[in-house]
Amino acid sequence: MFATLRCIVMRDLTLAMRHRSDVLTTVFFFIIVVSLFPLGVGPEKQLLKEMAAGVVWVAALLASMLSLTRLFADDYHDGTLEQLLMVPQPLSLIVLGKVLAHWLISGVPLVLMSPLLGLQFGLEGDELIMLVVTLLLGTPVLSLIGAIGAALTLGLRGGGVLVSLLVLPLYIPVLIFGAGAVTASAAGMGADGHLSLMGAILLLALILAPWASAAALRISVE
Amino acid sequence: MDKGLLEVRDLECVRGDKQLFSGLSFSLEAGSLLHVHGPNGSGKTTLLRAIAGLVLQESGEICWNGEQTSRQKDEFNRELLYLGHHYGLKFELTGYENLKVFANLSGSDVSEAEVEQALQRFGLAHCVELPVKLLSQGQKRRVALARLLLQSSKLWILDEPFVALDVAAVGLLLDVIRAHVADGGMVILTTHQEVEVEVGSLQHLHLGQMQPGQMSSGLTTGLQ
Repeated sequence: MFATLRCIVMRDLTLAMRHRSDVLTTVFFFIIVVSLFPLGVGPEKQLLKEMAAGVVWVAALLASMLSLTRLFADDYHDGTLEQLLMVPQPLSLIVLGKVLAHWLISGVPLVLMSPLLGLQFGLEGDELIMLVVTLLLGTPVLSLIGAIGAALTLGLRGGGVLVSLLVLPLYIPVLIFGAGAVTASAAGMGADGHLSLMGAILLLALILAPWASAAALRISVE
Repeated sequence: MDKGLLEVRDLECVRGDKQLFSGLSFSLEAGSLLHVHGPNGSGKTTLLRAIAGLVLQESGEICWNGEQTSRQKDEFNRELLYLGHHYGLKFELTGYENLKVFANLSGSDVSEAEVEQALQRFGLAHCVELPVKLLSQGQKRRVALARLLLQSSKLWILDEPFVALDVAAVGLLLDVIRAHVADGGMVILTTHQEVEVEVGSLQHLHLGQMQPGQMSSGLTTGLQ
C-alpha cells in the first residue's frame, strides 16, 4: 500500500518538475493577489493588520483552485487515468496519492511563502506562526475537497468555472476557522479551539474525500 | 495459478440512447483469442471497455472464474491488461519511466534491465532516455505495447493495437500475442487492418447490424 502511494506521488512530482511553469504560476498568483491588497487599500497599518489573515486565506483558496482543474484532466486526456482505474489497488489510494502530490506542489509553497507575505501586512511573531500553522492544516483540506470537484467535472465543457462554483462554498469552514485562528491569536485570545476544529476537518476530509473522488472518477471516465 | 475463464452472459450495452448490442454471450478459456469484428460504431470498443470495467453495462454479467468482475475488482485487475485508443502514457516521462510506473503499480517487481529489454524487443533501445512526446506515433504505440512483456496479466484486451505500427512491428506484436496465447493467456482484440491472427484456439465475434432494424451478433469458433 505504501509502495503504491509513493509510486503515484513520485510520478506526479516528476511530472510537475518537468512542467515547472505550472507550479510557479500558482505561487506567483498567490503572491500577486496578496500583494495587491496593501496597494489598493492604502498603507494604514491597523486596517491591513486586521484584514491580513482573511486576505492571505482567500488568496490561498483561489490559488489552489487554479491548479485544481489539472489534477485529473491531464491524466484523463492521455488515457493514463483509465489505466490507473485498472490498477489492482484501491482507487481511493491512488486518488490520495495524487492529492498528496497536488498538495506538495501547490499547497506547501503557499505555506512557505505566507510568513513573508504576512510581513507585508504588519503581522508579527505569534500571528505569523499562527498563519503558517493554519495554512499547514488547511491547505491539505483544500486539495482533498478540491479533488472531489475536479473528479466530478472531469471531461465537462467549462469544467474550470464549474469546479470553482462547486468547491468554493465547501471551502468556507476552512476559511472561517483558518482566518479566525489568526485573528483570535492577534487579539490575544487562544486559538486552540479553531485549530482543533481545523484538525477535525482535515481528518474528516482525509477519510471521506479520496473515497468520494474515486467514486466520481469512475462515473466521469465512463 | 488459476487457469482463468472469462464468461460474458446476456450482455447489453447502451451509449446515450442507442443500444449497441444485447443478449451477447460468449466465454473465453485460457489459451484462446477472441477477435471482435464489426463496422465503426458497432460497439467493439464499448464491449472491450465493459469487460475491462471502464463502462457499466446496462444488463448482463461479466464473470471471471465464475464470479462477477465488479465484485472482485482487485483480483480481476491483476489479471487484466487493457490497451485502448489512448496510449496511456505520460508524454513528459521517458518510455522507461512510463513502463516502470505501471509495472510498480500492477505489483510486478521488474528490474531496470527487464524494462530496457522490453523496450529493446520493441525496437526502442535508442530512445529509452527520451521523453515519449519526442517519439513518433508508431514509437509511442510500441512503448505502450512494451507493457505486454512486463506485466504478468492473463487477459489482454487490445483495442486496435496495430494502428500506426509498421510491418515489422505488426509481425512482432503478432509473435508476442501468439506466445501469450500458447502460454495459456487470453487475448481479446479488435482491428480493422488486414491482419491474420493465427493462434491455437481462435474465436470470431461479429458485432453490428446484420439485418436492418435488428441487432444481432454472431459468434464463430474455429480451431486452426
